[in-house]
Amino acid sequence: MSNHNFGGEVVVHHEPAANSVKRIIKTTVILSVITLIELALGYWIYAMHEGGAVNHTLELAIKGVVIILSLAKAFYIVSIFMHLGDELRNMIMTIVVPLLLFIWFIIAFLYEGNSWKNLRNEYAPKDPVQYEQKASAPAH
Amino acid sequence: MAQAAPANIKWWSGGKSPFNVEYGKLMMWYFLMSDAFTFGAFLISYGTVRFSSNSWPDPNHVFNSFPFAGHAHLPLVFVSLMTFILIVSSVTMVLAVHEGHHGNKKGVIKWLFWTIIGGLAFLGCQAWEWNHLHHQGAWWGHNPFPNADGTVASTNFSNFFFTITGFHGFHVFSGVVINLIALLMTSAGVFERRGHYLMIEKVGLYWHFVDLVWVFVFLFFYLV
Repeated sequence: MSNHNFGGEVVVHHEPAANSVKRIIKTTVILSVITLIELALGYWIYAMHEGGAVNHTLELAIKGVVIILSLAKAFYIVSIFMHLGDELRNMIMTIVVPLLLFIWFIIAFLYEGNSWKNLRNEYAPKDPVQYEQKASAPAH
Repeated sequence: MAQAAPANIKWWSGGKSPFNVEYGKLMMWYFLMSDAFTFGAFLISYGTVRFSSNSWPDPNHVFNSFPFAGHAHLPLVFVSLMTFILIVSSVTMVLAVHEGHHGNKKGVIKWLFWTIIGGLAFLGCQAWEWNHLHHQGAWWGHNPFPNADGTVASTNFSNFFFTITGFHGFHVFSGVVINLIALLMTSAGVFERRGHYLMIEKVGLYWHFVDLVWVFVFLFFYLV
């Protein structure tokens, strides 16, 4: 075990895993396969819309699966490609714990948007909102 | 993955980095965390406005073109190509970092070169898509695409699309420039003299983050 000194900063040597190229290839395959599954699900939603008979519960379920698959992709990129999984636990936590704010962030704001839509439909269904008016001219 | 450092080290007793990460690399992580909040705020504001709208344009009817394919209706095809280009360039980047671990200058140069090519290919695709949409009459403040339910759509769709993909594209562009600088420095032997290729790791973190953001841009603009 060797210690490295980066500008006065002593860092205990991270031993690059012996099978790291294998791990990179494995992760690449996983990311590609997940992307292909996402595309297949995307085409499923598309086919449902073209067919005219849209099952909204099923559509929502498919979208939920696609979102979970994307989160899995994010995990693999951060953990393997960015090597965050190889760092010390305390260091990982200083990155991951602040990101937990997103849980509140997403729920609160999407709830707010949905609530605003419902209130507007109930109390002012005919009033166009200024920023939602049709664009008057093409871009060029 | 367990690392080589033994578990009984007293990380906080002084004299060493308690996170066992070099300062610049740690700060790159914190920068990326803050950048994640920037992109998160963009995407959440997009989601909020979309949730507050009764209907929204169908991405399969907006993003359905492919270069030289004329007016063929090809939903999701071009964006799939862009997604795979970015995944592959992420893989070449991680291989460059891997070569750097072994102090292999030639390997770093080779894989950094391919990463830059991938980044440029992605930017070319995005330029084509923007140009195509602009010719269809879409731009900030202009949206020719109707809502999925047939009603006239607001300009929100274009505004969010061009702002968020533009901000991401700017990250890709700066990533390519940073990679190019790292390539030139590697060629000049700067890291060889320094004795380590940590700079390639830091540059790599930024590049992977760009790929990471695209996962969510792809998800929320094209898939759902």
